[in-house]
Amino acid sequence: MVPLSYYLVLSGILFACGVTGFLIKRNLITIFMSIELMLNGVNLSFVAFAAHWQKLSGQVFVFFVMVVAAAEAAVGLAIIISVFRTRQTLNVDQVNLLKL
Amino acid sequence: MNITTFIIASLIKTVVAIGVLLTGVAYSVWLERKVIGHMQNRWGPTRVGPFGLLQPLADGLKFVFKEDLTPPHVYKSLYLAAPIISLVFALTSIALIPVGNNVTIGGLSIPLQITDVNIGLLIVLGITSLGVYGIALSGWSSNNKYSLLGGLRASAQMVSYEIALGLSLVGVLIMAGSLSLREIVDAQSGFFWGFIPRWNIFHGQFFAFFIYLIAAYAETNRVPFDLPEAETELVAGYHTEYSSMKFAMFFMAEYTNMITVACIATLLFLGGWHGPVFGPPILQAILPVFWFLAKVFVFIFVYIWVRGTLPRFRYDQLMRFGWRYLLPLAIANIVVTALVVALQ
Amino acid sequence: MLHLILFLAFGAVCVAGAVNLLAQRHPINSALSLVVVMGALAGEYLLLGAEFLGAIQVIVYAGAIMVVFVFVIMLLNAGEEERTKGSRVALLFGVPGMLTGSLLIAWVLMHSGMGSIEVGALPGPPKAIARLLFHDFLLPFEVTSVLVLIAIMGAVVLAARPEAAQPKQEEEN
Repeated sequence: MVPLSYYLVLSGILFACGVTGFLIKRNLITIFMSIELMLNGVNLSFVAFAAHWQKLSGQVFVFFVMVVAAAEAAVGLAIIISVFRTRQTLNVDQVNLLKL
Repeated sequence: MNITTFIIASLIKTVVAIGVLLTGVAYSVWLERKVIGHMQNRWGPTRVGPFGLLQPLADGLKFVFKEDLTPPHVYKSLYLAAPIISLVFALTSIALIPVGNNVTIGGLSIPLQITDVNIGLLIVLGITSLGVYGIALSGWSSNNKYSLLGGLRASAQMVSYEIALGLSLVGVLIMAGSLSLREIVDAQSGFFWGFIPRWNIFHGQFFAFFIYLIAAYAETNRVPFDLPEAETELVAGYHTEYSSMKFAMFFMAEYTNMITVACIATLLFLGGWHGPVFGPPILQAILPVFWFLAKVFVFIFVYIWVRGTLPRFRYDQLMRFGWRYLLPLAIANIVVTALVVALQ
Repeated sequence: MLHLILFLAFGAVCVAGAVNLLAQRHPINSALSLVVVMGALAGEYLLLGAEFLGAIQVIVYAGAIMVVFVFVIMLLNAGEEERTKGSRVALLFGVPGMLTGSLLIAWVLMHSGMGSIEVGALPGPPKAIARLLFHDFLLPFEVTSVLVLIAIMGAVVLAARPEAAQPKQEEEN
């Protein structure tokens, strides 16, 4: 018997790690992976709430989140490849052509 | 049964399964060398033991005594982890394969399967998709152009054909109505028209069987899809920089994947352990296992036969075949099967 | 009791993987720690009874999406990350900020009194999920399939190599 709040705290920790990675990392791919980590944290809280309220729609929603994450990963990595081809670097600080 | 009996029975089953699997791997190497030798009008191994039967033992000893070098320029942690990842995921899927009916020993009914999960087939597919990491990481960590290209090609090929593999199984799932391997085999019991067994290959999944066969050859990196490890193309592909025991682990992982794929084909298309069963209860417990092993043997023999016969595909031909022909065929199979089942 | 131990074991692996993703300098190590996080999350889903979802998590997320990530990291081969001035500032303010934020949220959640979940509280067999997916959620299902199709086309277009202009002089020879 694990309290629901434990699952939510774990989900919150994963989400917080994702946000931290998004803020502190400078490699484009690692930033993208932090986004995936955030999505995973949210998936866990969806499934935990589905179990708590006894509604299966929570699990179906996780299914949709996974599909959207897959689509987003595909397009995002294609964009990263294009950025690498033009700027020859994956460091976010150097992708700054639009800066004033 | 209580928890201790369950744990003891599972431990015994695990030890037996791994022992049989590893012996099977060693002797499928022997079988391959003999069969391909005879196809090429030569003997194959004959000197070590009668008919060369102790050749795998000699090979094992050779691998153990070879010098185990780690080249200086590799990315050490992943270089050492990659063959372990390959072998672990290849060996894990044996836990879900049922080989026979429940046997009753001393009043306890023990299923001949280490774990019977009701989503068994999905887990086997999941473990297969995780096995791609071993190859991708070995190619990259070797810090060598040939290995990197071989590793990337092999993993791209495996990921592409995984889709066709999974989709070709959906037809069987629609007909059986369950993802549990035991229930899928139970749905193939009995005969129709009196003498044709109700195996899925005769019961409407004929094309799906051949789609599965082709996708399985590509998934296990075997001829005609073995460009990533062909010696004339890429030195040795992703396992160029590996020697002795680490190379032996990749080798074992490849043959174990072959055996796993053959077991899944037997369970889903060839009726699993169903076959003529007669005689006293001890024979009735052993005969289904024998039929299962015989069908797996036939499937592996076809694997080796194809290896001795066909030339290999070029990489772009391979990818085009997987995406443009095999995938639409698998989807068409699903649509037709669903229509037929819905209209009944 | 066993439920709590298993939850804490999988949870510890999740958190260790997430922290390792932040701590590693080379993106391939971060990618592999993310795979470990996804595997441990699949274990957590199994504890909650979502067996189909756990299998799909391993097949789709850990076995396909992360493989694409690892491919791109291997192909681009950009090497380790450098420490720039911007990243040092972000480390200095970001990590303590997120730590305090998450501790605050964790405290609020633990003291909110929401009740417990048992092992396998909501069994999610494929049949039940399929019933929901194809009856109540049919429109989102179809829309997501169109979305995936658009994503595939977009990825193919974006990642294709730009073709070099062919000189027309060969026709004269």
